[in-house]
Amino acid sequence: MNATFVGMPPFPSAARDALADSQLRGNLAKATGTIRAKRAAVVAEVDDWEELRLAGAALKDRALLDLDSKLVQLEESLTAAGAVVHWARDAEEACRIVASVARDHGVDEVVKVKSMATQEIGLNEHLEAEGIAAWETDLAELIVQLGEDLPSHILVPAIHRNRAEIREIFLRRMAEVGRPAPADLTDEPVELANAARLHLREKFLRAKVAVSGANFAVADSGTLVVVESEGNGRMCLTLPEVLVSVVGIEKVVPTWQDLDVFLQLLPRSSTGERMNPYTSTWSGVTPGDGPQEVHVVLLDNGRTRALADEVGRQALRCIRCSACLNVCPVYERTGGHAYGSVYPGPIGAILNPLLRGVGTDEQVDSLPYASSLCGACFEACPVRIDIPSVLVDLRAQVVDAHRPSAKPEAVAMKAAAWSFGSGARLGVVERLSGVVGGATGRVGRRRLPGGRAALSRVPFGAAWTRSRDLPVPPRESFRAWWKRTDGGRS
Amino acid sequence: MSAREEVLARVRAALAGAPTPPAVPPVRSGRPLEELLDRFAERVADYRAVVVRCAEDEVEERIALALDGARTVVPADLPWEVPGAVPDEGFTALELDDLEAVVTAAAVGIAETGTVVLDHGAGQGRRALSLVPDLHVLVVRADQVVAGVPEAVARLDPARPQTWISGPSATSDIELNRVEGVHGPRRLVVVLVGSEVVGRGSTLGGVGTVGGSSASH
Repeated sequence: MNATFVGMPPFPSAARDALADSQLRGNLAKATGTIRAKRAAVVAEVDDWEELRLAGAALKDRALLDLDSKLVQLEESLTAAGAVVHWARDAEEACRIVASVARDHGVDEVVKVKSMATQEIGLNEHLEAEGIAAWETDLAELIVQLGEDLPSHILVPAIHRNRAEIREIFLRRMAEVGRPAPADLTDEPVELANAARLHLREKFLRAKVAVSGANFAVADSGTLVVVESEGNGRMCLTLPEVLVSVVGIEKVVPTWQDLDVFLQLLPRSSTGERMNPYTSTWSGVTPGDGPQEVHVVLLDNGRTRALADEVGRQALRCIRCSACLNVCPVYERTGGHAYGSVYPGPIGAILNPLLRGVGTDEQVDSLPYASSLCGACFEACPVRIDIPSVLVDLRAQVVDAHRPSAKPEAVAMKAAAWSFGSGARLGVVERLSGVVGGATGRVGRRRLPGGRAALSRVPFGAAWTRSRDLPVPPRESFRAWWKRTDGGRS
Repeated sequence: MSAREEVLARVRAALAGAPTPPAVPPVRSGRPLEELLDRFAERVADYRAVVVRCAEDEVEERIALALDGARTVVPADLPWEVPGAVPDEGFTALELDDLEAVVTAAAVGIAETGTVVLDHGAGQGRRALSLVPDLHVLVVRADQVVAGVPEAVARLDPARPQTWISGPSATSDIELNRVEGVHGPRRLVVVLVGSEVVGRGSTLGGVGTVGGSSASH
């Protein structure tokens, strides 16, 4: 029932398929254009926006560069407030912890608040394998889950779907898993949202166990924060008896007061609003109000690997606003699926290699190249992650990870070094080149500006010559010409 | 090694030789805002919430008008009389779903963003109360309104659960168009209490020499 990114092809081939989908490109251009305009308008209202960005970056760095003591402090505050704290080295361990809490309460379903961390660890798939249904309750996540589809945006995972497609998914699938969509459903967004309200309400009202992530975890007060719009978060955080929150260790902020900076940066960067409709904060258990059993799973799953990367560790500042996706010329054209991960776009192009390491997976290694390095992402980032610099550093890491190699480029470079190494060898190569030039000059139909013959495709460098013309080698080398004409005098 | 020990050991190893944490550059501690209440009312209304401004002695009448006879639940310690409303006796979620409206007090109002914060203390009830019914009538006193988010965070106690509300529930998940009304209350009425100007029957938007030191940040 749940789709997976496992086995996705590397970015260039995935992108080629996406670019051929004109419906997808239309949906994306419309959606990213809308959100860019909204963000620009509300950011312009704040005259100290740059100071806020600097403060946000520094606050996150203060937590990250002192992460061991901040995590211990967070654990103490949470425990003092009545929460049970778990630690998870990796996805498997985190999934097992959540599943065991659900099993302890004998439930066969949980309701979920939209959470990147639980998507990253494949929690829904794990729970499904244990016979526990995980209902996504965010509207876009519901669209993705019912459509047996993959998320393509951090904030709006169904950004690649238009209203007509959403209507079709609701009509086809809602009845199988609960209250059916109204038979006369149209594709008006208001009606679609209402169908989701009715479908999910029965699940909220009966749920015993909820699973969430957290946007922020405050070390000094043990407070978790969930920022949302629809109220599905409030439903999950308030009505069930048991709440399990899976929180990446990079979500820590030092103090309660620091939230003032992030609660200004996040909504304006994310949905382009002065403030999102609902923000919930809670510190452990409140007697008589909300879940009376509260678990927090502190998740590593590659974050410490990213933290060890001196250039890349700044990616852990990310507050998952998705502003970098919306301004990226590459993302706008390929969409999120081509990145093969729950973290798409510019931030995904650095976060995935940082979390998972380079040199072992062709798909991951392709991501640092999924960028034109234009820098729009850095400008939009509310916590000033210098994504282009990290991309360049990761490209170097990818190259290093594949050295020494017998790739065609390496062989060609070695051959070039050998022939340039001595005049005699170069002379031999030039004579050979002249023969090739003489032969291919007659078959090359294409002409470069200036009239020189060119080859549009050669069999051994197809990827390179697909979009570039290769000049045909001259029949006579410079040295041969010099010798024949006595330096041009005869 | 336990997961806890291992994760902490990995963090320490990753940070070996890392620079010391940077100082946090200053951000302004409060944007001076004139006409705080007008700004607050305007920004709340921007989210398509209904804003009603009135004097202290008009609150109960305005609440009744907003409810328009809906079956209503209130926190047992609500400081205003709401005829016909049932006080919360620990209703289940299903029982709350049968009620149409809820009236609560608030903890803080934020002018710059049009946000009302509940800390679920006096007059505000537990979290479920202001979530399940479809109409939420929220009463905010003028002296609870602060200029911006920093002032609000400073006033609030993190030990208490909080709900920050900016308009009725909404989604932008369909083609990034905003649609009001999903799972939370689909209708939000904010009753803003305590403007001398309105109290004298004048028009809205008078000069706000309103109560509380919050206006002077």
